[in-house]
Amino acid sequence: MEDTKMIDVVERYIRGEMKPDERLAFENLRKSNPDVDLLVVEHTLFLQQMNRFGEIRNFKSTLHEVHTDLAEQGKIESARLKGTAKVVYLWKRYKRVTAIAASIAGITTLTISALVWALTPQGNNQTEELSLKFNKIQEEQKAQKAEVNNLKNKISARPIAYKSGGTSFLIDGKGYLVTNAHIIRNSKNVVVVNNKGEEFATTVVKIIPEKDIALLKIADETFKPIPSLPYGIRKSSTDVAEPIFTLGYPRNDIVYSEGYLSAKTGKNGDTLTCQLGIAANHGNSGGPVFNHDGEIIGIVSTRDTEAEGVAFAIQSKYIFDAVDELKKDTAYQSLRLPVKSTVKGLDQTQQVKKIQDYIFMVKAD
Amino acid sequence: MKPQTDEKLLLEGLAVNDKKAVELIYKENFNTIQALIINNNGSSDDAKDIFQEAMIVLYEKVRTGGFELNCQLKTFLYSVARRLWLKRLQQQNRYSSPGDSMENVVEVDDEIEDHERKNAELDMMEHAISNLGEPCKSLIEAFYLQKKSMQEIASSFGYTNADNAKTQKYKCLMRLKKIFFTQYKNGQ
Repeated sequence: MEDTKMIDVVERYIRGEMKPDERLAFENLRKSNPDVDLLVVEHTLFLQQMNRFGEIRNFKSTLHEVHTDLAEQGKIESARLKGTAKVVYLWKRYKRVTAIAASIAGITTLTISALVWALTPQGNNQTEELSLKFNKIQEEQKAQKAEVNNLKNKISARPIAYKSGGTSFLIDGKGYLVTNAHIIRNSKNVVVVNNKGEEFATTVVKIIPEKDIALLKIADETFKPIPSLPYGIRKSSTDVAEPIFTLGYPRNDIVYSEGYLSAKTGKNGDTLTCQLGIAANHGNSGGPVFNHDGEIIGIVSTRDTEAEGVAFAIQSKYIFDAVDELKKDTAYQSLRLPVKSTVKGLDQTQQVKKIQDYIFMVKAD
Repeated sequence: MKPQTDEKLLLEGLAVNDKKAVELIYKENFNTIQALIINNNGSSDDAKDIFQEAMIVLYEKVRTGGFELNCQLKTFLYSVARRLWLKRLQQQNRYSSPGDSMENVVEVDDEIEDHERKNAELDMMEHAISNLGEPCKSLIEAFYLQKKSMQEIASSFGYTNADNAKTQKYKCLMRLKKIFFTQYKNGQ
């Protein structure tokens, strides 16, 4: 008998798909031919291992899905520890370090205050007062600024004609978004719209034209901060040929498209971008490029005019650079980029379901 | 309904990877185990890892059928997770003795040992499949894991007929078995 057929027969025998007489004949063959018997034993073991592998893999994916769902619904304490648990955890972890640090700090403080006390001339009340006054002036200035802003808002309340559009996505649940600089070039008003059609006013907090990256912050009272984003942003590069997908607004609805990473660099070896084999349209600009773990690996920016289905994306590591740049301004110290994807291991449909709420359409005038 | 029959139903659901059952067990037990791990030098990621591994231990027990739990479900999961975590701490030389009472803990050393052996076998299979390369990997997964028919496979992989697909599958299978059994025999 041919080998291919033999395996077929053995598999049918193991799965119990044989008719009684066929089964009997096969069992006789097994008894008389030790090679066949060995093949059956070996293949049974193999199929068992294979089945188990498949089942456990499915089970792991169920576990993962359940964990994400429950954490999202708040039915289990999610990845973020709250209250005492966190304190206990941090305390246990840093007990020793804290103790050492505390004693060093204690000694230093004592020494310094002794020195200061001994060396400072009396009568430094004046300086204190001055700083108080200074604070007062600052506060007044702030109040004035707020009023001016209010007025400005009122003046610009007439309807705005938006000329440019694209996609953006949240990089911090507090309302920070990233998009392409070319979308909002010279725009006064930039709004973002989510997939439910809700519109939010934003302010442009940073533009880096040479990297084609812009950072926006939602400045709208109706926006509710999101405690944690389901995706992470990848710092290191991705392998060529890895499957990728993007979500964007080439029209008024969110649109999914998939492709693969075709090169680690962009056109003519450009190291800012990478090349994607994907169908992208105007409006996809500024959209996130995800790998199959749900990690953002880039921002869609341009497409090749000479070739069909070729687009370029800004590598995700430059998002980190842009944010670092922004954080030099102390007002933005609290910005935290998500690095861990919680949708890893889910199938693509589930991933998109969880991700799409955080992808916004950008409209700029 | 008595709690015991409840748990029996849950385990039956678990055996067939029923999402509702998994969710119920998850919801009832995760927080306790997370607390145990966090109170013993772990992070919430560790907690998720260990809890899911304990769930797999339980799943391995019930999936082949005929398994009966001789303690409460939560006691079993807690004991397994506890043992797994202590083991991991030991491996990292960070042994600590957990301050919990031993009241709700049962002996699970055999289960853990069994689980580790099975895990090693699983790794062998994973390694063998991932070393197979394309199109073999997809072909084997489609036939043996997704249980697709040869006709379906032939059309989705672009083979002219089911027989061609079968020949290709046979070649892939032989390679896979060779890789798998070389490791398996070395590992025994």
